[in-house]
Amino acid sequence: MTTVAVKPATMAQALTRALRDAMAADPAVHVLGEDVGTLGGVFRITDGLAAEFGADRCTDTPLAEAGILGTAVGMAMYGLRPVVEMQFDAFAYPAFEQVVSHVTKMRNRTRGKLPLPLTIRIPYGGGIGGVEHHSDSSEAYYMATPGLHVVTPATVADAYGLLRASIASDDPVVFLEPKRLYWSKDTWNPEEPTSVEPMGRAVVRRSGRSATLITYGPSLAVCMEAAEAARAEGWDLEVVDLRSLVPFDDETVCASVRRTGRAVVVHESGSFGGPGGEIAARVTERCFHHLEAPVLRVAGFDIPYPPPMLERHHLPGVDRILDAVGRLQWEAES
Amino acid sequence: MTVMEQRGAYRPTPPPAWQPRTDPAPLLPDTEPYRVLGTKAADRADTELLRTLYARLVRGRRYNAQATALTKQGRLAVYPSSTGQEACEIAAALALQERDWLFPSYRDTLAVVSRGVDPVEALTLLRGDWHTGYDPYEHRVAPLSTPLATQLPHAVGLAHAARLKGDDVVALAMVGDGGTSEGDFHEALNFAAVWRAPVVFLVQNNGFAISVPLDKQTAAPSLAHKAVGYGMPGRLVDGNDAAAVHEVLSDAVRHARAGGGPTLVEAVTYRVEAHTNADDATRYRGDAEVETWRRHDPVELLERELTERGLLDEDGIRAAREDAETMAADLRARMNQDPELNPLDLFDHVYAEPTPQLREQRAQLSAELAAEAESETGSASGPQEGGHR
Repeated sequence: MTTVAVKPATMAQALTRALRDAMAADPAVHVLGEDVGTLGGVFRITDGLAAEFGADRCTDTPLAEAGILGTAVGMAMYGLRPVVEMQFDAFAYPAFEQVVSHVTKMRNRTRGKLPLPLTIRIPYGGGIGGVEHHSDSSEAYYMATPGLHVVTPATVADAYGLLRASIASDDPVVFLEPKRLYWSKDTWNPEEPTSVEPMGRAVVRRSGRSATLITYGPSLAVCMEAAEAARAEGWDLEVVDLRSLVPFDDETVCASVRRTGRAVVVHESGSFGGPGGEIAARVTERCFHHLEAPVLRVAGFDIPYPPPMLERHHLPGVDRILDAVGRLQWEAES
Repeated sequence: MTVMEQRGAYRPTPPPAWQPRTDPAPLLPDTEPYRVLGTKAADRADTELLRTLYARLVRGRRYNAQATALTKQGRLAVYPSSTGQEACEIAAALALQERDWLFPSYRDTLAVVSRGVDPVEALTLLRGDWHTGYDPYEHRVAPLSTPLATQLPHAVGLAHAARLKGDDVVALAMVGDGGTSEGDFHEALNFAAVWRAPVVFLVQNNGFAISVPLDKQTAAPSLAHKAVGYGMPGRLVDGNDAAAVHEVLSDAVRHARAGGGPTLVEAVTYRVEAHTNADDATRYRGDAEVETWRRHDPVELLERELTERGLLDEDGIRAAREDAETMAADLRARMNQDPELNPLDLFDHVYAEPTPQLREQRAQLSAELAAEAESETGSASGPQEGGHR
């Protein structure tokens, strides 16, 4: 029996590797954005790509997000597979019209004649002490826009696998990178092939019987920590990592909630009009007779993203999750 | 040593005097729009081209009239007429080669048809049976774009991609005067110039963005002047002079194909009709102004030139009009047929593979349609019982 030495690698390295492998595998894959070339991106995700593949394949663009995405649309029309970088979550908003009016509609308005295989990489979320406009969780806007896939990895292996799957997709994908996980490590060997699964499957990260924590991206690690802490309270929590917000994996989520009878949705973005409301509604519609308590949400407050010195009060933490889990003892209270 | 003196030590040496990278003079447009018809330049115009332009202009005028009539009959939800602007539409499209691409705005149906798209398919967006009726790849025509100027960066990206692949393809991107105020206009021109992308931007300055006149849209001396700031040439042309539009556009296309980069062309024209049938143009402009422009009509300008040169006679005019009537009759007949619609098509092209959520919603609509059909059959077989709905 042989053992493979597993090297710890960061999510950032996995993303770089995914871009490099995708570019090497398919000459149609082009990377473009502000600072992606010589600098290698402000988070160094595109590091080395311009040197290896040339400035025509990894292109520093003028500083204009609508222009970056708009030109990527035209490039995709001519048979390329552009991967654009929106430097920070809130910097992507100028490109939102291109997302809503063209990127998501081109296949539909042409009855499938003009699909747009392009990937929009957006570092998102808080927890890194960023100043205003550098920590938004904008997933609800993208989820509400038909024609778009919305995925977000929470592990190093998923960062690689989901990004490869996104680039291979014949449809536009918003690929949300939880920037506070860029430097996180788990057991992933960058030298070994990693499975590239189709998008749209959630995964159970931790099995449990008492309740299900439904989460994704930056909140997965917090939920895993909460689940460990909950053992002391006698709660055996299951944790579901959605990985894909669109399409949504009702099957995996509902199977879990039917087993546990209780659910809490955890995410950073605000709760009003946020992803948690949609998820709670879906779970309630499908699992009502299995539920022992209302589906609860632990989310960011409904405020503009706070200044960095206060963000820890806004972001869902272990205590707030455990508090919600405590409130799931609905029968006893009512 | 003071703090300021210390800091001074860290100051980099001042840069050399700033030099503009390009002499703007050759980029600046002429002060007067370029004209061919009625000038000496017409002497060297290709007579076959003029004849072709004339026949197409007559057809274009008739197409506009027919489409406008179809809105009154309820066959089109809306039609933004390009009457008065036919020269821009048609001459510009004719300046392209087959392998080139056109990126039209919603008013550019005539340019789309000039590329060979079926006249009925070019109208589906406006009829409302589907958003884009034609296959964009068949004639290399992008979908008609309703948001302003957002299709311009697409043209840049496509042209850039073509050049990366080694194809000498040029993209023609059309926009109105109002569209030049949009951010996407700026970003597209900037990207195109920086990448030296083979793109030609054609602004059809028809005087109004719905009701807002040009002097409330921009303080620039002309829209063509905007080119200079991006480092590309700007050209001003009489948009009602089909020969001039064709010449200027052809030059710009040749320049782009040869690797010279983009050009911004402003064609000065006028929208004789209202913005659409939903607009009341009398609220923002007087009859006298419209009449002035009617006397500078693109079809008549060309007809006069050809007649005076002995290249067109009464028979020729009649033949062109009869040809246009045939086109209009065909358009009318086909547009008067109700399109066959399958509501379940709604779910077919949202994604390559429908999401589980869309499959559920498709099943829901399918059940609703089945129930509807059953209730219709039921009431047909027993009308006296009625009332199923």
